[in-house]
Amino acid sequence: MKKYTLNILALVVCLLLVVAAQMDMLDQYVLTIIMFIGINIIFASSLNLVNGYMGEFSCGHAGFMCIGAYAASFLSVTLFTNNKILGAALLPPYLAPWLFLFILLVGGIVAALFGLVVALPSFRTRGDYLAIITIAANYIIISLIENIDIIGGPRGLQGMRKVMNAMRHTLDIPWMLIWVIIVTGISLLILYRLVNSTYGKGISAVCQDEVAAKIMSVNTDRVKMVAFMVSSGLAGVAGGLYAHMYGYINPQAFNILKSTEGLVMVYLGGMASLSGSVLAAILFTLLVEALRFAIPAVDGALHAIHVLPDGFELSQVWKWVLIPLILILLMQFRPEGLLGNRELTDVFPRLRRWFTLK
Amino acid sequence: MLLSVENLYAGYGNVEAIHGITFHVNKGEIVTLIGANGAGKSTTLKAIMRLQPPEAPRLIKGDIKLNGNSIVDVKPHMVVNRLRMALVPEGRHIFGNLSVMENLVIATWNRRKDPHVHRDMGRIFELFPRLAERRTQRADTLSGGEQQMLAVGRALMTNCEILLLDEPSMGLAPLLMHEMFRTLSELNKQGLTIVVVEQNAHLALKTAHRGYVLDTGQVVAEGPSEKLATDPEVRKAYLGG
Repeated sequence: MKKYTLNILALVVCLLLVVAAQMDMLDQYVLTIIMFIGINIIFASSLNLVNGYMGEFSCGHAGFMCIGAYAASFLSVTLFTNNKILGAALLPPYLAPWLFLFILLVGGIVAALFGLVVALPSFRTRGDYLAIITIAANYIIISLIENIDIIGGPRGLQGMRKVMNAMRHTLDIPWMLIWVIIVTGISLLILYRLVNSTYGKGISAVCQDEVAAKIMSVNTDRVKMVAFMVSSGLAGVAGGLYAHMYGYINPQAFNILKSTEGLVMVYLGGMASLSGSVLAAILFTLLVEALRFAIPAVDGALHAIHVLPDGFELSQVWKWVLIPLILILLMQFRPEGLLGNRELTDVFPRLRRWFTLK
Repeated sequence: MLLSVENLYAGYGNVEAIHGITFHVNKGEIVTLIGANGAGKSTTLKAIMRLQPPEAPRLIKGDIKLNGNSIVDVKPHMVVNRLRMALVPEGRHIFGNLSVMENLVIATWNRRKDPHVHRDMGRIFELFPRLAERRTQRADTLSGGEQQMLAVGRALMTNCEILLLDEPSMGLAPLLMHEMFRTLSELNKQGLTIVVVEQNAHLALKTAHRGYVLDTGQVVAEGPSEKLATDPEVRKAYLGG
């Protein structure tokens, strides 16, 4: 029983969150941040599979999130809402809660197929070249979507709010929070089981020494393909959640800046460390939100003591000065990140006694 | 004839490194390829494992056969899986940031559902008790000798029938070197076919049944080990007097 303590604790916390949301005890803003943490956890830990465990440098992870977001949104909007362009609802709205996980899965699968775009060149090249290819993939995906008019082009796609409202009509519980918790849990379990299996050790082997991996019977092409597809697929699932949480998406929300956020989270948490990515996703999301208040506060204070001229204001754009700066400082002073190649259980071995993930 | 290399030409880029090597290995034998630096010994082994450029040579001409079937179109991981050949590469190439156990487990990647994996690992630990003591240690914290044991153990974990070794004595103290070759003899008595590439010709010829002497990409002498070891020509040119 003792070894399930943390499992039960996590379950209780999640249940408490849902109950609190149900009873309107949580502010909508706080709720959004909590959900956003979940999405970022999936985004960062899936990127860690490629950048950390496999040692490649993928810089276009947001592209796959974009694909997943659009695929899932397109499907749910077509199926459950009356839309001017996409036509009348194909299915009665009360089916929405039953099919939502399936919709997210489709988003993930489509994103995984686009993951092949990156996986195929990775058979021939590694390192810098592959990094450039992934950036290219990110731009290709955004341009592609901007030029498809039926899903809104550069204006973006909306209508997912209606799908969520349809779920609320069926049963009035905080659906979105529940989905985020469930999907985050499943995603982490998939990644954990993968990287700790013999199959997943093949990913670490490719990272360390590809030739040695080959002569140790590892099918390196297949391992790379699976890692890229799982990674991009989970990013796509995160995208689906993101789209339905905000109710609106546009291609530029998934540009290179979003990919950079993913990189910051992975390197903050530590390469090849799942618990590191989870920790970093939580910290990073909170930090970005804190900046939302901190920047105007600093601006006010600097104006009060007349350091800044009257016409000059510190805007939220400074976020994009500070976040890359974090990355630079991190590389300088703690290149291995918070945990770096270790899990929380390696840092605190006693934790092992309190949970089980078998 | 289990493995045969027929008139093999291979090279890197435009440079031809081996010019028509022919040799064969019978089942249950220890065969050694000896020769100086740059004779083409490692190149031959990499070609047999079907590793591809840029790490490995490009096959120009000739054939490699296992049980009479050509294997030139087989991918490296399939050479391990289907043809049951394993290579202990020059410079060991162990996975440094993984533990000893994880290194051994990776070698079972293709037969990961095989229930005998655990038993096989037990056998490796019996063969190399030092590895058992250090099973949870990171591989790059092992000494050179232990790393070589791990490299051999890892190759054996693939369940191979033919073991190719590229300079197993490199960087080992004389005592460990002899121990390594004693282990190879023992494995051979249990039925393993072994091809070993060596610079330490005396040691290799003492262990092997037959040998081939390579020089600048060609076979210049061949025969039973005792004969090679006593051949005045070979002694003079390749064994240092």
